[in-house]
Amino acid sequence: MATNSVSRAATLPKKAPMGPWREAFGRLARNRLAIVGLGIVGTLFVLAIIGPILAPFPYASQDIDAIRANGNQPLPVGSPDHLLGTDQLGRDLFSRLLDGAQISMTVAIVVQLVVLGIGVPVGAIAGWFGGRWDTYLMRVIDVIYAFPDLLLIILLSVAFRETFFGQALNGLFLVFFAIGLTSWVTVARLVRGQLLSLRETEFVEAARAIGVSDRKIILRHLIPNGLGPIIVAVTLGIPGAILSEATLAFIGVGIQPPRASWGSLIAEGQKYVRGDSHLVIFPAIAIALALIGFTFLGDGLRDALDPKLKGKQ
Amino acid sequence: MATYLIRRFLWIIPVLFVVSVITFGLMHAVPGGPWAREKALPEATVARLNAKYGLDKPVHEQYINWVGGIVTRFDFGPSYKYVERSVGDIVADGVWPTVQLGVMAFLLAILIGIPLGVIGALGHNRWPDYLSTAISIVGISTPSFVLAILLVVVFSVTLGWFPTNGWKGPNTWVLPTIALAGFPISQIARYTRASMLEVTRRDYVRTAHSKGIRNTAVVTRHMIRNALIPVVTILGPILAFLVTGSFIIEKIFSIPGIGKFYVQSIGQRDYGLLMAMTLIYAFAVAFLNLIVDILYAYIDPRIRYS
Repeated sequence: MATNSVSRAATLPKKAPMGPWREAFGRLARNRLAIVGLGIVGTLFVLAIIGPILAPFPYASQDIDAIRANGNQPLPVGSPDHLLGTDQLGRDLFSRLLDGAQISMTVAIVVQLVVLGIGVPVGAIAGWFGGRWDTYLMRVIDVIYAFPDLLLIILLSVAFRETFFGQALNGLFLVFFAIGLTSWVTVARLVRGQLLSLRETEFVEAARAIGVSDRKIILRHLIPNGLGPIIVAVTLGIPGAILSEATLAFIGVGIQPPRASWGSLIAEGQKYVRGDSHLVIFPAIAIALALIGFTFLGDGLRDALDPKLKGKQ
Repeated sequence: MATYLIRRFLWIIPVLFVVSVITFGLMHAVPGGPWAREKALPEATVARLNAKYGLDKPVHEQYINWVGGIVTRFDFGPSYKYVERSVGDIVADGVWPTVQLGVMAFLLAILIGIPLGVIGALGHNRWPDYLSTAISIVGISTPSFVLAILLVVVFSVTLGWFPTNGWKGPNTWVLPTIALAGFPISQIARYTRASMLEVTRRDYVRTAHSKGIRNTAVVTRHMIRNALIPVVTILGPILAFLVTGSFIIEKIFSIPGIGKFYVQSIGQRDYGLLMAMTLIYAFAVAFLNLIVDILYAYIDPRIRYS
């Protein structure tokens, strides 16, 4: 695909006009909130990747001596060696927050890959073949849509917790699966709707009339034209996924210790919130930043990719 | 309209059927049963317990018995942990605090969210807008359990205005209601603001202004009424959030609602209780969505269901 477009561009006689994607990028770059969002998201991804190098301690290692010296209480913010303090077991809060960033950012990406992996084929089959396929798939989607998300995520997490599958990657694998499995319907509906309307457009009809193959119509016309709203939906789906992961960890059915999800950090810190509120405040700020970052970026992408929708939610 | 309503209402039945099959199947497909203890029970005891509750029968038979009990006797079966009480009793005891919490949070979300959005839109790009937007950004980025903990720290531990937990009278209701309403307030405010900005540019608003109608009348009679129509569409997801989100709030504030039992039943594999709770939650969400759709047709006469 990439090489194809490069060689095509090379054979074009004159400079191509500014494409819709470049225009959209320009609009995004002028949107201050979107840039703030992009900055937050970018920073979080960098921290997630270089976290293990940046962290002063491994996320699960306990500074037992320091805790003993402090009367078995969490170390406060600004302690020597532990900039943001430690929890009641002497684990460095900053290092644990970095591990939480890794978990949240992995959730952000992998859950959306699961969503695309299920939602795009299902929506495409329903929208392209129509008829009976469409009816059946839309009924399935209606039922899943009616099932309260959080309930199904919790049920799946609990049901498979003890299995090999549930133990993989400290339970993270199950979290991806459970959240992904409940979130793909929005994308499937969107893809179906896009295909239904694009199928009837004149440029697709024209391409058909001159004998362009189905494969080429899909690659050259349907995907580029239908991609925008899907990118927006996927980006705006990320805060929900991060929130679900944190909620699962908070009620104790998500990722398993000693990994440090922001949600489990808050659950653990809750007991010490009277004296050592930093154990709750910092993870709460981390979650808030991640949610704000992706929401701003998603809103910005929506305004940039689909100017008709500007101002709407 | 009547046909539409009946069809929509009947559509809840297959939804509940699928929800119950999925839940039932999931809970039976995996290892670990309601009798799993730290110290394993003798096999004979487990067999006797299984026989008593019909858990030794094939799964499909268990399912049919269970559904049969609900349909014919409105009997949701036994709870496997609270042996002296039926699921129906447990739910009946806890349902009012849960409903009360949900309704209060819903009203609070509407009473604060809509004015907040309207104020933001009327003061577009001035301080009311920035204030309204800032509040809603904080609201959507603070999970309800974080908000709950922060409210407790500030208003009960530090200031001592409200108790940290319990459900006995108005001053124990304040913090849980705010904690649960925080996210919906922001959602409603965001939608209302966007929708108000949209109608500001409409021809009928300009016409109303040029006719010399007072500004307040234009805002209340022309703008808000039209702007609220799209806002109604998010009430469905918000109600779902209030229903399923309440159990975390109930747990944090030790509210004697049904949410507490949901979390417990999951950990304890109390199939009877878990199934009943899931069905009740699913029914509540489906039913409330139906109400929202009806409401939608009522406030927007242009919508005709057929």
